[in-house]
Amino acid sequence: MSAPSHRQERSSPGDRGVGTRRAPQITVRGVGKSYGGVPVLRDIDVDIAPGTVHSLVGENGAGKSTLLKILGGAIRSDTGSVAFDGELTTIGSPRDAIAHGVSLISQEGALVPARTVLENVFLGRWGHRGGLVRTADDRSVFAELLAYTGFDIDPTARVDRLSIGAGQQVEILRALARGASVIAMDEPTAVLTEGEKANLLDLIERLAAGGTTVLLVSHFLDEVLKVSDGITVLRDGKLVVTAGAQTCTARELVTHMVGRQIDVLYPRPEPVRDDAPVRLRASGLGGGPVSGVDLEVRAGEILGIAGLVGSGRSETLRLLFGADPLQDGTIEVDGVPIPTMTPRKAMRAGIALVPESRKEQGLVMMRSVRENVALASLSSRRRGPLVDRRTERGRVAAATSEVDVRAARADSPMNTLSGGNQQKALFAKWLLREPTILLIDEPTRGVDVAAKAQIHRMIVDLAARGMAVVVVSSEIEELLELSHRSIVLRGGSPVGEYPRGTPRETVIAAAFGDAEPPPAPDIVPATQHHPEAADDEGDTR
Amino acid sequence: MSSTVAEPAGPSTTGEGGGRRVGPGRRTGGVRVRDYGIVVALVAIVVALSFSTDTFLTTSNLVNLLDQCSVVGLLAAGATICIIAGVFDLTASASLAVSAIVGVQVGAATSVPVGFAASVVAGALLGLLTGTIVVRSGVNSFIATLATSIIYRGLAVVVTAGAIAYPLADEADDFAMFTWPSLFGLTSATVVFLVVTALLWVLLSATTFGRRVYAVGGNDEAARLSGIRVGQIRIAAYMISGVCSALAGLILASRAGSAQSSMASGIELSAIAAAVIGGTSILGGEGAIWRGVVGALLLTLIGNGFNLLGWDTTYQQVVQGLLILLAVTVDQFLRRRAR
Repeated sequence: MSAPSHRQERSSPGDRGVGTRRAPQITVRGVGKSYGGVPVLRDIDVDIAPGTVHSLVGENGAGKSTLLKILGGAIRSDTGSVAFDGELTTIGSPRDAIAHGVSLISQEGALVPARTVLENVFLGRWGHRGGLVRTADDRSVFAELLAYTGFDIDPTARVDRLSIGAGQQVEILRALARGASVIAMDEPTAVLTEGEKANLLDLIERLAAGGTTVLLVSHFLDEVLKVSDGITVLRDGKLVVTAGAQTCTARELVTHMVGRQIDVLYPRPEPVRDDAPVRLRASGLGGGPVSGVDLEVRAGEILGIAGLVGSGRSETLRLLFGADPLQDGTIEVDGVPIPTMTPRKAMRAGIALVPESRKEQGLVMMRSVRENVALASLSSRRRGPLVDRRTERGRVAAATSEVDVRAARADSPMNTLSGGNQQKALFAKWLLREPTILLIDEPTRGVDVAAKAQIHRMIVDLAARGMAVVVVSSEIEELLELSHRSIVLRGGSPVGEYPRGTPRETVIAAAFGDAEPPPAPDIVPATQHHPEAADDEGDTR
Repeated sequence: MSSTVAEPAGPSTTGEGGGRRVGPGRRTGGVRVRDYGIVVALVAIVVALSFSTDTFLTTSNLVNLLDQCSVVGLLAAGATICIIAGVFDLTASASLAVSAIVGVQVGAATSVPVGFAASVVAGALLGLLTGTIVVRSGVNSFIATLATSIIYRGLAVVVTAGAIAYPLADEADDFAMFTWPSLFGLTSATVVFLVVTALLWVLLSATTFGRRVYAVGGNDEAARLSGIRVGQIRIAAYMISGVCSALAGLILASRAGSAQSSMASGIELSAIAAAVIGGTSILGGEGAIWRGVVGALLLTLIGNGFNLLGWDTTYQQVVQGLLILLAVTVDQFLRRRAR
């Protein structure tokens, strides 16, 4: 309906390109939002200058994503106003937002999976003549957009065959195709490879230089400080401070976010005792992309596995747990070989796997905290076939309080918890089994700073109590600081082993091959597509 | 407050049921009114019918109502377990026909109790077969059971050679046992329905098996990585559904004094409708047996109300369809508002 009129505004294809609208001054006054009587945003005042990069930072649940979504039109504020160029508006729907030149790129993504890149980029506003779609117009604009952004995407590829990073690029292209003057991005770099990340940050700077206003929510303070002009810190739904990026340090930001000085240093793993027995030994491990991986972990030891996307680091853990079928090699637990590993056998042998994605592989999101935490230990609390609720309640309460899961009540559904608390509940679920070998895939993905520190502390403590731990993380620094030693995988095979304290450049170089990391965006081909995020030096501080 | 409360970060919650938000003081004693909206609707209709008719609250009408509800109620309980486990069972009415025919024919060859037992075993075996087909083939359960149900109907035709199966004349009285009055003046069919659904309720809400069913339907990968045999749990759900179908088939055959290949055709959709009206999520992982029972009662009440009020029953299906839409729409609206 309104698509034709927008089209008329930008009748020449070139105009539909990039940054042609003048970005407005954004004035936010007294914005507040509550969910079910619980305020998540209170009385926010922010001014954002046109053509700048403005970042919103805070812990999970501080309200930064909510504020971004209010600005982006995805949700309505309960109180207060947002003005663009002094013109008070109520952005009540994504349609209003588009009409105001605001484009929101959310974490969840808003692509039509089974359709092509081109259709997605021009979603709802395809070039047409009298109702018939004309892709030629779209293609020429698409080519201009690619030239501007430096992306390399096949317009005819199906979106569901793209990597996460490329999917995000499609969303950015769409925002630009709509002539967005304000682009709001929620955690855009969380799922990107190192190369994609550098490219995106570069693009953000160019967009701002070209007059577009970019609003950014990110956990990665280094990036925030690098690209932002202004930074707003939120805590518990309230604005703590808005400052120029030049005058801030990461430590100050963290202090503002947490409201107290917190220790951003990693805990040191305790040395492994000389007489500590080997708990887990794998040799010649192969299956899926993995081949020829040997590893050995002793009681009390933390072994890191580093590598790029598709290097086979997560797959190695999955093979060890029997989540994927083992094609080659042997796995021994306490010297006893276990043929044809399955999750059930692994669990019986004392192995636990904290999987990569808590939403997809770890938790049953609509079920309660208690049911989730008890899920892997159902049979050990058997009282006949009935669930022994009293014992269960006690054990779950003990496990959740040990890892400091904060939930309103044990029967709150999992999806009402913050990311950090969900992740801690996932740990509680596996610790309840008292495993001797703990495999952890991405211990702190999508978790706020305070929870991150708690999880790091917990991993080190568990090892100190004699657990054998294997950690996979895309945050190289986390891996190198927590592990006694790390092995690096490339193309499914080990390329080296590095002790704690190795400079991270060395490890990154090993993961990439001989040379420096390539700067170009590395779009993962469909066959290698993998949900893992990148190998990166994501610095949490 | 917010330091100890589940973080109310709306934006981070996604997907179905993502709107469930726990706010301090918003929920007392774990009871949320919107969870029981369907019970309110049921009570409202009961009250309305009590006042607008003299006949609704009579013993004979209530006995009759529960008797009518027993078939759909049993099937709804089976459908609910399957849906919670993340699969659909469209074979319910075809399994019903096959097992009822088995019951009549084995009964004619041996005795009525043996025939009834054979019918239940047949229902369980058909469920085992359906479940194995769904789990092993990996085909979407909706399609796989649609195809399987056609096969089962065909099987029923083959077994009966297209004729109606009757019990032996001297066993006809025994065969009608489900229509006999039983405890508290309820029919035997009603007693079977109530006992079976009560057992399934306990099975689903209080046993480790029940926990596994919810986990498998809510997130099968998380369940698998927690050491749960996802396929076996789903097959078990199909077997339970098969037993429910067999019992429902016996009730129908007992009433009619016969069984035939085309019996109860299409009733599996009423069962799924009853489960959904009750508030069981078709996405799996959420729901309860009592919800299926309440849904079945609601559907039966509409028919009963039409009769008692002397309304033209030609409109009954229109009203039933509207009710299903209304129930699901209100449920979604409440969930969204809570988000």
